[in-house]
Amino acid sequence: MAEYKYTPADFKSDQQVKWCPGCGDHAILNAVQRAMPEVADALDKPHNMFTFVSGIGCSSRFIYYMKTFGFHTIHGRANAIATGIKTANPDLSVWVCTGDGDSLAIGGNHFIHAIRRNIDLNVILFNNEIYGLTKGQYSPTTKLGKITKTSPYGTVEKPFNPGELVIGAKGTFFARTIDMEVALTKDCLVAAAKHHGMAVVEALVNCVIFNDKTHAAFAGDKATREENTITLRHGEKMLFGKDRRKGLVFENMRLKVVTVGEEGYTEEDILVHDAHTQDTTLHSMLAAMKYPEYPVAVGVIRDVKEDNVYDTRVAAQIEEVKASSKIRSVDDLLRSGETWTIE
Amino acid sequence: MNNVNVHELQDVVIRFSGDSGDGMQLTGTLFSDTSALLGNGISTFPDYPAEIRAPQGTVAGVSGFQVHFGSYRIDNPGDYCDVLVAMNPAALKANRKWLKRGATVIIDGDTLTEEHIRKAGFSTLDPIEELGLGEYNVVIPAITTMTRDALADMGLDNKSVVKCKNMFALGICFWLYNRPEDHAKSYLESKFAKKNPLVAEANKRAIDAGYNYAANTHQFANTYTVAPAQLEKGTYRSINGNVATAWGFCAAAEKAGLPLFCGSYPITPATVILEELAKRKDLGVKTVQAEDEIAGICTSIGAAYAGNFAVTTTSGPGLSLKSEAMGLAVMAELPLVVVDVQRGGPSTGLPTKTEQSDLMQALYGRNGECPMVVVAASSPSDCFHYAFMAGKIAMEHMTPVVLLTDGFIANGSEPWRIPSMSDYPTITPPIVEPHAEQDFMPYARNEKLARGWAFPGKKGLEHRIGGLEKDHLRGTISYDPANHQEMTSTRRRKVELVADSLPAPEVFGPDEADVLVIGWGGTRGHLHSAVAQLQAEGKSIAHLHFNYIYPLPHGVEDILARYRRIIVCELNEGQFAAYMRQTFQQFTFEQYNKCEGQPFTLVELRDKFNTLFQ
Repeated sequence: MAEYKYTPADFKSDQQVKWCPGCGDHAILNAVQRAMPEVADALDKPHNMFTFVSGIGCSSRFIYYMKTFGFHTIHGRANAIATGIKTANPDLSVWVCTGDGDSLAIGGNHFIHAIRRNIDLNVILFNNEIYGLTKGQYSPTTKLGKITKTSPYGTVEKPFNPGELVIGAKGTFFARTIDMEVALTKDCLVAAAKHHGMAVVEALVNCVIFNDKTHAAFAGDKATREENTITLRHGEKMLFGKDRRKGLVFENMRLKVVTVGEEGYTEEDILVHDAHTQDTTLHSMLAAMKYPEYPVAVGVIRDVKEDNVYDTRVAAQIEEVKASSKIRSVDDLLRSGETWTIE
Repeated sequence: MNNVNVHELQDVVIRFSGDSGDGMQLTGTLFSDTSALLGNGISTFPDYPAEIRAPQGTVAGVSGFQVHFGSYRIDNPGDYCDVLVAMNPAALKANRKWLKRGATVIIDGDTLTEEHIRKAGFSTLDPIEELGLGEYNVVIPAITTMTRDALADMGLDNKSVVKCKNMFALGICFWLYNRPEDHAKSYLESKFAKKNPLVAEANKRAIDAGYNYAANTHQFANTYTVAPAQLEKGTYRSINGNVATAWGFCAAAEKAGLPLFCGSYPITPATVILEELAKRKDLGVKTVQAEDEIAGICTSIGAAYAGNFAVTTTSGPGLSLKSEAMGLAVMAELPLVVVDVQRGGPSTGLPTKTEQSDLMQALYGRNGECPMVVVAASSPSDCFHYAFMAGKIAMEHMTPVVLLTDGFIANGSEPWRIPSMSDYPTITPPIVEPHAEQDFMPYARNEKLARGWAFPGKKGLEHRIGGLEKDHLRGTISYDPANHQEMTSTRRRKVELVADSLPAPEVFGPDEADVLVIGWGGTRGHLHSAVAQLQAEGKSIAHLHFNYIYPLPHGVEDILARYRRIIVCELNEGQFAAYMRQTFQQFTFEQYNKCEGQPFTLVELRDKFNTLFQ
């Protein structure tokens, strides 16, 4: 591991941050800038190897606030453009900042196909369950029945759960964090960076203007979060609650919340989180847990090793073909196959 | 056999036609490649339906391949054919209109059954009579039966045997035009020998059987030779427009010293460019077969940002989908080539047929003031040159470029004198090297008004760009009114400055004349031939052809002033004519247009031009 001795300040641009006061995006920016020095050391990549790419939306302004290479692109296309950047230069550490509208509506196709290819991108999906920059229309993650500017009588569309989408597409990494939990966010980002392959970190952020308190029922304050979220860590028991007496067990093909010491459940019965298992069943169930029936799962839910990483395979295949080909230049190419000469 | 006369011809047009499953494209390609190897001038025209296997035996399912070969440089595939090979009555019916008077028609006699004739939509059971072919040289060999007999002892199933009948027909044509069989045989050997040596052998034997049948029968009174063309000295190969386009990009990448990247989505008739580039891993080419057209261009924009020479390939409907991203490339001022292999439109239109109707889309089809360079190739082999030049312009001027080709030149092939890369110019993009200066200005410009290309990974050059309007130097977001005006004007001026490095337009024919024929892109061969024929008759006519569409090269105005009448010919309803009128308002432009999904014919062009001398 290298030691670049970067500080968060090395990743702060000179641009004034223009999100609304109280917006959850500020906290994510803070966590990213804190994570970067550690990521640089872990990946042994200097400052100039970091590139941030975004689409359109409030969260996509992110790249202007990072003192790295940055490309603020067009609506929905950040994952496609980042795919081009990473394939062209696999040595770069490429980060995508995107929102629930950007990646799950207009850019849904690019999002699922980036996951399918398992290209080595790190995607931060800011989920505020609303279109903020266009001033308050419902998004693909807005709760069913929610009244917004374009659903004055309530939405009649079921929302996506980004975690289920990622894991359903056989994504190799999925983590979830909450804007207020800066330390957890930082941990998730560092884990995403270390993961070789496509990594999606869903950040539950609050839109103070157009969708205030959308996550508040389980994430409103520290005490609520303790009782109503569960922080998953690989190899650790799935326990939560203030005194860590509540936990998850697997019964009748379903997850169930139990209290240790009640109804005959002991700590032995509580599930141990295995983020590294290839099987998606439990990861999908954990990602799908909804408050109030379940605690909302945060932390690294899935982090599996997969050798077929797109950008690496593209580069490797080129080296394999080059090693055995007689065509080494365009002059060779033009003269390959059948030719004839006129004297 | 001894009383067969051998005649020498200047040029011949053969049209191979049959069901889309009959292997007519392969048959035609083997014949044209064989003729190319003999040193003939060649031009080909594959004309096939969009369906892979349309209903068998119907006119809708007919696939054709026309080859025009001669003892001189051939620059069009010919209007009408000297020989029509028809593998069934439907092929005969579909191509009747393309027969030269008195042409030879070879039709598989085994298909002249009631079932086939009815399926082809004839109203009688005598297609020869019904089509009025009494004065034509109609030969009706039992091709299927004879192929079956020739391969009877090979132990192949009936389906595989019948599949060889196209090679039997090829054998007949080889004999008729004194062509050697060795190229076709070695091709079949390499295609089938490993997978299925028996099939390779059967196909080769079918060629022999067809050849021997033609030699032994008394159906053909004459055979013909076509001498090699007097072409410039050098090494030649046969090439089609799509492969030439792919290779031109490889050449531009090599000259720039950068890796080539192609993000693309399959679409007829452009797909072969992506397929060819996918093979070119030997030259380090990276291809991404994207999830859609938009991702095709977006991955390429990403690769351009990361420092690759990036291209994306598509056809009309795909260009529509790419419009927004093309605007991003204009705004971000990144080099990118977007190839549009035009086909019949609008919407899905005629996927396998040619047209020139995407010109306005290429010039203007984006939101905002969004200028980009537009270049058009004009023959299968010059796709190499214009792909190279599109790359050079894109990288040196830091601008996206649209390269227009079309289905006709993309699928057509011709002999090509192979250039040496040492004869091609260098490409020097304004790449910014890491420097210690604190304030890197991503939108500072050189004398071409091109901004610096600063790839991620280069130390000290960290900067942010995007689709929002930017400060003219720092590249940060700017809503300043004066800055937006300055950036809008600068983006256009940058593209217009490309004209300074374009070659002067060259007129084919006299400096002053009664008629100037103007064309652009893939119609060059037809227009050139038609004008040349009229010039040979002493008519006062010249031809001016455009490859650089936007910006136009300098000097066009002076040329236009020297001709009495100007006619713009194009395969659309007059898009280039409208563009010329807007650009040169002092002149009158007449039009000749066609939207049939087919190239011009020389006959129609000559007829039209002849009306202009009155």
